[in-house]
Amino acid sequence: MGLLSDPSRRKVLTGLLTRLNTPICIVCYLAGIVWFMGLAFEPFTLRTYMSENAMGSTMVEERFSSGERALSLAKEFDAHKRKAGGMPVEWLVKAMQSRGLEVFTQSFSRKLPFPDENKERYMVRGTNVYGILRAPRAPRTEALVITAPCSPGNTNNQAVALLLALAQYFRNQIYWAKDIIFLVNEHDLIGTQAWLEGYHHTNITGMEYSPLQGRAGSIQAALSLELSSDVITSLDLVLEGLNGQLPNLDLANLFYAFCQKLGVLCTIQGKLQRNDWDTAEGYTHAAQTMMLMVLKQACGRSWGDHGLFLRYHIEAASVRGINSFRHYKTDATTIGRLLEGMVRKLNNLLERLHQSYFFYLLPSLSRFVSIGYYMPAFGLLAVILLLRALDLWVHLGAPALAPSCHCFSVSLQPSSPGVLTVLTPVVISHLTGVALYLLPVHLQEMAVEHFPVSETEAVVLTAIAIYTAGLALPHNTQRYTHRLILMQFILRYMFTLLKLTALLYLAVLLGCTALINFSLGFILAVTLVPITASITPHMPKALYALVMVLLSPAFTILYCVFIYQELIEAPVSVSEGWMLFLSVISQGILDHALYGSLVYPLLALFIYPCWLMFWNILFWN
Amino acid sequence: LDSRLPLVIFLHALTPAAARDEFQEELVIRPLHSGDIYASFQFRTLWDTDFLQEGQKVSHYRLFPKSLGQVLSKFSVRELHISFSQGFWRTMQWGQPFIPSPPGAELWVWFHDTVSDVDGNWKELTNVLSGIFCASLNFIDLTNTVQPSASFKPLGLGNATDHRFLRYATLPREIVCTENLTPWKKLLPCGSKAGLAVLMKSEKLFHSSFHSQAVHIRPICQDEQCSSKAWELRQTLNVVFDLHTSGQGKKEWSLFKMFSRTLTEACPLASSSKVYVDITDNPELFELSPATPLLGQAVVLGDRRTYSVYDLSRAETFGQLRSFNLLLRDMLRPLLHAERYVAGFGLQTGEIHTVIYNNHPYRAFPVLLMDSVPWYLQLYIHTLTVTSKSRDNKPSYIHYQPAKDRHRPHLLEMLIQLPPHSMTEVTVQFERALLKWTEYTPDPNHGFYVGSSVVSALVPSMVAMRTNFTQDQPLFSSFVPVKEESSYFVRVYTEPLLVNLPTPDFSMPYNVICLTCTVVAVGYGSFYNLLTRTFQVDEPSPPLSKRLANLIRRIRGVPLLT
Repeated sequence: MGLLSDPSRRKVLTGLLTRLNTPICIVCYLAGIVWFMGLAFEPFTLRTYMSENAMGSTMVEERFSSGERALSLAKEFDAHKRKAGGMPVEWLVKAMQSRGLEVFTQSFSRKLPFPDENKERYMVRGTNVYGILRAPRAPRTEALVITAPCSPGNTNNQAVALLLALAQYFRNQIYWAKDIIFLVNEHDLIGTQAWLEGYHHTNITGMEYSPLQGRAGSIQAALSLELSSDVITSLDLVLEGLNGQLPNLDLANLFYAFCQKLGVLCTIQGKLQRNDWDTAEGYTHAAQTMMLMVLKQACGRSWGDHGLFLRYHIEAASVRGINSFRHYKTDATTIGRLLEGMVRKLNNLLERLHQSYFFYLLPSLSRFVSIGYYMPAFGLLAVILLLRALDLWVHLGAPALAPSCHCFSVSLQPSSPGVLTVLTPVVISHLTGVALYLLPVHLQEMAVEHFPVSETEAVVLTAIAIYTAGLALPHNTQRYTHRLILMQFILRYMFTLLKLTALLYLAVLLGCTALINFSLGFILAVTLVPITASITPHMPKALYALVMVLLSPAFTILYCVFIYQELIEAPVSVSEGWMLFLSVISQGILDHALYGSLVYPLLALFIYPCWLMFWNILFWN
Repeated sequence: LDSRLPLVIFLHALTPAAARDEFQEELVIRPLHSGDIYASFQFRTLWDTDFLQEGQKVSHYRLFPKSLGQVLSKFSVRELHISFSQGFWRTMQWGQPFIPSPPGAELWVWFHDTVSDVDGNWKELTNVLSGIFCASLNFIDLTNTVQPSASFKPLGLGNATDHRFLRYATLPREIVCTENLTPWKKLLPCGSKAGLAVLMKSEKLFHSSFHSQAVHIRPICQDEQCSSKAWELRQTLNVVFDLHTSGQGKKEWSLFKMFSRTLTEACPLASSSKVYVDITDNPELFELSPATPLLGQAVVLGDRRTYSVYDLSRAETFGQLRSFNLLLRDMLRPLLHAERYVAGFGLQTGEIHTVIYNNHPYRAFPVLLMDSVPWYLQLYIHTLTVTSKSRDNKPSYIHYQPAKDRHRPHLLEMLIQLPPHSMTEVTVQFERALLKWTEYTPDPNHGFYVGSSVVSALVPSMVAMRTNFTQDQPLFSSFVPVKEESSYFVRVYTEPLLVNLPTPDFSMPYNVICLTCTVVAVGYGSFYNLLTRTFQVDEPSPPLSKRLANLIRRIRGVPLLT
């Protein structure tokens, strides 16, 4: 690297980068966006293929035939569910026992930090019932899981019934090499969480549960089943799990292969695949599908029962039956066969699913974008922050290097208070972040006492209040720094230093986030990068304050809500959108408390304080 | 036969004091609580001779298999127990088996105390046995061998306590199939030509829920006075048939349905050949055909059981032994039961939980727990906890031998007192080691096996056990010597564990090599260059005229031009 060791050429390079900094940044930003939108264009994506040999070459023959029986079982289950006013535990235990399974139950209880208004629950008490089909001559080392949630009302009866019918059919087969666990869980995700924590004997969310009596070794894969009608028109595959984790792509390939084989319409994000990629509609369709996946992944919640399995290194997906007004119908027998085929192939696995991708985006079920293709889109956005930081670094070093201005080098001597003044806004912003993270849940009782709101509203409104209050902070720090150091150029030096720190901090934050959850990292980068890269104190304050607020993390969430509603073809009015926004916040906090989703702490403890630091810069005098 | 007769007489004349030997065979059929059928074969060859006697070379074999006899004398083996099992014995559903065995292969051997190089003998023995049984016993080496100090006492004559002569190893991954059954059958005097072994058709034996075959060799007393030693070879085969799968839900079975064979004769070489059917659980509802007038009682595993006995050496048995119909009631809950699992998630640490149940309503009893954990699970022994009824339960004896990386596994033995009607949980945390890349198996993402832990105990018996040594008691009740009337010996194996270790993506090395080489070449080289080089501002060289002028000035001794 002669370029760096030669001072004159280095000077040329840095000069070029500082002079052309803004144009390069703009080009990078546009290129990043264009690259991302190009990912949905079919010629740029790869066709999915089965990587796992154990699942590829051995086509199995499906013989499941008791779909009709499953449907009558669903009616019976429904009757017992109504009678028991919840999960008919005894009936389920008997039903599983009579099918030759080893049956166990697990009771659990959980007090939510505040009432969940979407699902109308606060104190949750429930029971999971699971039956284990022991594989003949297998030493209980490996298992597969099929789960069906026992939901309130009329929903999901068919799923539980199909699960029982499959258990009965599977029990009479001899080819099983792994134990199969049939799990019926109550209170959807909370039940799954309790069961998984019980199975792995961990307690990460403060759940109370009774220990499990029966186990079957390490779980290799899991399928979650959601069916609410006797016939369905299409099956939807749900992959997005907790914290944006995705199962191995081979699981999606497996589902797609069997849908093709059995002639079942299959969708992802509820969208059918289109073949006209070269038309504008075809491209828009693929882009919408991909955007939906990005939005769902970014929010970091588990979009089905499968999502919680992923933390335990268990590849899992949800299969959801959809009954819309298409003519093409699929009966329960075919769905049973599809599941039979999938489970048999998973049974053939010699190793855990590991051959295919874990990081991908799906513009359709048969096309995927791997991490190598989508990362440059993020990289182009992240490099802007680094370029700006480099620019600032060069400017910061320049006056000190210039021998002509002695006053600078003299005044820069007491650098220790200078660093401390940078530290002050950093610490204050982070304390605001901590308050935003801790106070909403802890102050709810006080809020409920003093204001006429429900607990959930109290939590959400406290969060918004603290968020807004954080914006008032910069004036305080500014006055504080004013008294300390008065000289104008020192102040400029300070804000440059602060901005440099903030830029690097944001770059590290977004980089780490994007590695784990690309979608979240990308969405944050799209909104945060332009304003953070361009912000200085010498701008029209009111205008830029407005722009900054409009591009702040909270507003990003609001936009995501509207875009999501638009994409699932259920557009909402502004007031409805606002209500949705409030419920999204409460759900985010609940997800963190109940399942350990990390999006809320990430936003509250890191992203928001980082944004506050830039807010500070804007009001720097 | 006529032409061979003189030869037989001649041989008899040559060995006037030919050692007495005898062969017994037995099949026990027990309907299980879960609706399955447990069939247990036992074949015993007794031989009044001593392989290990000095100066006497045993070369004439009649019933005892020569291949095993030679192995015993060559390696000075005192006791040998080897089992191959496919599947896990479900204690809670099936009760206790007559002879327990862990999933996979298990081998434990007591060497004679004259052996100087035990490890060498052990290594060679495993290789020889691997040839005899057509199994991968040659994968037993020092990294998975342990010397339990208390759990595995000799079952035969002699009171050896020096565990230096004991070697114990399991291969939880071993898969048992027909190629292991065939050599096992060949050890029988009648092979699979006659007697009970006719039933062993591998197609049916491996179409079952559990399959286990074993060979046990040990010295025992010849008679009650124990004046001289005899060698006993026991071959056992245990199968559990799944009636649910094969019988389409009907609880009806017959020998033919289970084995797709019927019995036609006893092995002509056998001194006794019997079939027992356990009818304890509900004698009235049993309908056996043909009915047998013979009823036998036996005390086994702390329970007095009643059996219908069919003596195959009597001709009238072979009317039509074809079809039994039966119904069942609840059975005795197993008093001792253990299971094991790995807790936690992620690829860094984990916790092994061993849960031992004492289902006895009012008696506490001690159990010996033995755990052999491979070295790549690095146990944090300070985290070892034993809790019963949510209270700390301090083991009265702990023998722990830490692992050495790549040389030997952890060995943990504990004597734990189990309170009555309780659940005792033993937990220990571990860290998963990062292996060298050549140490991974060809299928690293499958996971790594940890063998079953072994719980051995003297369980208080509900009925009086028979301590006197008689020849006529059934084989299935006579394997483990009973020392006292009030308790019986039980060994329970837990399930093996499958543990995932941090595994590199093996398709990546090429990419990684390319990437790291590039980074090293470009990054390291230039940074090293930058850091070590001293920079000087290079002054442009003065023009030629100035240099000439300076040269003249230097000669003149006048100050130089700058």
